[in-house]
Amino acid sequence: MKLLVNGEPHDVSAQSLDALLAELEFQGEWLATALNGELVRSPERQACRLNEGDKVEILTPRQGG
Amino acid sequence: MLKLYNTELSSRVLLGTAQYPSPAILMDAIKASGTEIVTVSLRREMAGGKSGDKFWSLIRSLGTHVLPNTAGCHTVREAVLTAQMARDVFTTDWIKLEVIGNHDTLQPDVFALVEAARILSDDGFKVFPYTTDDLIVAERLLEAGCEVLMPWCAPIGSALGPLNMHALRSLRGNFPDVPMIIDAGLGRPSHAATVMELGFDAILLNTAVAKAGDPVAMASAFAKAVDAGHVAFHAGMLEPRDVAVPSTPVIGRAVFT
Repeated sequence: MKLLVNGEPHDVSAQSLDALLAELEFQGEWLATALNGELVRSPERQACRLNEGDKVEILTPRQGG
Repeated sequence: MLKLYNTELSSRVLLGTAQYPSPAILMDAIKASGTEIVTVSLRREMAGGKSGDKFWSLIRSLGTHVLPNTAGCHTVREAVLTAQMARDVFTTDWIKLEVIGNHDTLQPDVFALVEAARILSDDGFKVFPYTTDDLIVAERLLEAGCEVLMPWCAPIGSALGPLNMHALRSLRGNFPDVPMIIDAGLGRPSHAATVMELGFDAILLNTAVAKAGDPVAMASAFAKAVDAGHVAFHAGMLEPRDVAVPSTPVIGRAVFT
């Protein structure tokens, strides 16, 4: 299934957001995720189903002012 | 003692964590500033990377409060979602709300800011809005649920210092009981002392420290200036006058002619 992850196209087999993180090897423990502009909290990722064309954002802590 | 959303703080400096020459210098600058609140952001993680974990471990080791920002957001929707994602990762309901309206000046879009502040306050966030020095916008932000205001004194990173003393005085005078933090535009410690002498409660710094020749020394200098300005405000400063007033007693001076 084709997805847009952090603005980049990906062709993945993962069916859930949790599985997507594993498949694309997002290894950080401190990640925030959103699907199509809606927050998906960490405990909800396993139940979060993905669909063709979904837009996923995966963010992490960074320096900021 | 500074009180922000029921959290008491002894330092009146908030420090940003971006643009330092190295993580070690960042850590030393944070310590030298004496700050108890550091600002952080959320950015895209790289696949296979753990860049965020390293930075976040460093910040957590400090034991300070963390104030996540919504830097770079240009719409209500972006800012609200970023705030929600920040709450999920940083496990804090504090959010430094930025909704940028102009690419060159990084001036906040105050209309979107008020709308986002209302949505987030209703959702339980404790909003620290980055705003201009406009009095009416400040009023609207308070009505939206903000209990702290963070007006700029000049554009972010400009180092221009306080540009509109009248507006800043007016803000302070109209909302004497609202904690107000000067968020942007400070370039040197004398700027910090100046706004603290006006009665502002704290300052938020980043570029002026991070880009200084010696960030650690500059962090210390700003901390001293903030303390000096704060103490001076409460000590009752003289109003300037146009004529000289002798400081040495006139009575009893010798007459030689």
